[in-house]
Amino acid sequence: MSLTELRPASHRQAPPPKNVKTRSWLYRFDNKTVPYIFISPFFILFGIFGVFPLIFNGVVALRNWRLDDPTLTGWAGFANFSRLLSDEDFWNALGNTFGIFILSTVPQLLIALIIANLLNRKLRGNTFWRIGILLPYLTPVVASTLVFAIFFARDNGMANWFLSLVGFGEETPLDWRAQKWSAWIAIATMVNWKWIGYNALLYLSAMQAIPKDVYEAAAVDGAGPWRQLWRITVPMIQPVVVFTVILSTIGGLQLFNEPMMFDENPQSASGGSAHQFQTIAQLIYKVGWKDLDLGYAAAMSWALFLIILIVAGINTLLTRRIGGDR
Amino acid sequence: MTRTYVNRAPQDTRGSWLTYVSLGVVLLFSAFPVYWMFVISTSTDEAVAQIPPSVIPGAEFLTNASEVFTLNEVFFAASLINSVLVSAVITLSTLFFCSLAGFAFAKLRFRGRNALLVVVVLTLTVPSQLGIVALYIVMGKLGWNGTLLAVIAPGLVSAFGVFYMRQFIAHAVPDELVESARIDGALNMRVYWNIVLPAIRPALAVLGLLTFVMAWNDFQWPLIQLNGTDFPTSMVALSDLASGNYVIYRRVLAGAFIATVPLIVLLLIGGRQIVRGIMEGAVKS
Repeated sequence: MSLTELRPASHRQAPPPKNVKTRSWLYRFDNKTVPYIFISPFFILFGIFGVFPLIFNGVVALRNWRLDDPTLTGWAGFANFSRLLSDEDFWNALGNTFGIFILSTVPQLLIALIIANLLNRKLRGNTFWRIGILLPYLTPVVASTLVFAIFFARDNGMANWFLSLVGFGEETPLDWRAQKWSAWIAIATMVNWKWIGYNALLYLSAMQAIPKDVYEAAAVDGAGPWRQLWRITVPMIQPVVVFTVILSTIGGLQLFNEPMMFDENPQSASGGSAHQFQTIAQLIYKVGWKDLDLGYAAAMSWALFLIILIVAGINTLLTRRIGGDR
Repeated sequence: MTRTYVNRAPQDTRGSWLTYVSLGVVLLFSAFPVYWMFVISTSTDEAVAQIPPSVIPGAEFLTNASEVFTLNEVFFAASLINSVLVSAVITLSTLFFCSLAGFAFAKLRFRGRNALLVVVVLTLTVPSQLGIVALYIVMGKLGWNGTLLAVIAPGLVSAFGVFYMRQFIAHAVPDELVESARIDGALNMRVYWNIVLPAIRPALAVLGLLTFVMAWNDFQWPLIQLNGTDFPTSMVALSDLASGNYVIYRRVLAGAFIATVPLIVLLLIGGRQIVRGIMEGAVKS
């Protein structure tokens, strides 16, 4: 019975052949090809403007490539790289970059941890506090650095006024830009200001994912909240700590905006009168677009890339080691 | 005695007055530079040079702002329009392309899907800033150097965006919904437009806000491209304003404050979303 009913039905349902062909072609296309069309804009655009330049940079680094003298081309071999080794500006910038990096990363992450711990309780106005500490993250560095430049000004600067309150530098106010150590502190302050709230939110989100019974099980010999933070919370959020260490390594070693805008003449990219606070990213900009030597700037970029890889690796190991001994 | 205290997880502990005072101090530190930016932008030269520094706004904001806008060689008004344009195009393009790719990675089956997704995740950590020298040469070959196009193009998509969208769509859009729409004869583009897009509005808001902020604040690449042209972005115009032999603080800071206002507005409107986006990003990565 069912057979007799089925046969004519299937016959009746068959649409005109031409329509079937185009429709099935369309659906096959939609199944097989369209997914690739959906993901291709990302891969094409990111390939051209993200990945390719990074690789092509290696080629440029091995060539003579000057913007002011297009005739001077050809392979330079490793000349750009060997020039790095004896370039005082490069080593000076490397020292500055690391100095500022350490002065900014360590306090930044520690303070962020403490703030996250403060936020990780039952609070009135939860969202208000979280949004509030994000204000620095949104503020353009170019704009905020201009304020900090006034804060750290030699004459009539607020920082010097605070120092004079505790009896320091009343006769000769501190010229923050003049020495390495003071310029580094000033710039590190700006970096810390910008990133503490952001990192605190990252830590907070990890802290809230810690199961509550971990605390209940671990609370034995009357550890106060402070020990609770270091003994339980920090080891539990260690993956995020590693993540923030890597993030701030990548960001900190490429520091550009703050030292640029802290300069009395930002457009010069010199990082102070004697390059006291010139970072590598700044030097790359200067070599490439002020000295117009793209080949050498590319070599410097590759060196920085290598340095970031090494430092990120070391920092990851260190963080794992420190957090690992529970 | 202390034992009952410790037994509780911190998130169940009520904040003490000390917690609130500490957070208040943190908030003060966070907000003060922005507030002071505003104060200086409303002050006279004398008030700026005062010791101890004045922390009360003056009445000169309009004077200072109009000076910034009328400086011919800085192109401040044009720079604000350019910044809006650049950030808006980058944001819309990122939202569209990243959600499209995120949809494909989350819901469509195709050969090489997992391998390609791994590629996306790997590119998350690529510091593409280190490729700027070669990027400049690429833009030169395209003939785009010194144009807004060169500033916009590298920002059109982001690996983070694709990954974030994939994660969100995987959870927010039920497989059955996609399947039944397909059985009803809907093509993938229709499924994306009618089912996926409405379901991921919160994620679009988060990614859109974060992308806009990043595009607006970008400095190094726009500086390379637009320095010395008469159509800079606002960050490039600010650096121009702050350069030179004689810098007038109240004027520079008026410019800085005006260029910060759009972001403060965004924080007031979408602060909740921005906070959520950052905190979700942490859990997923």
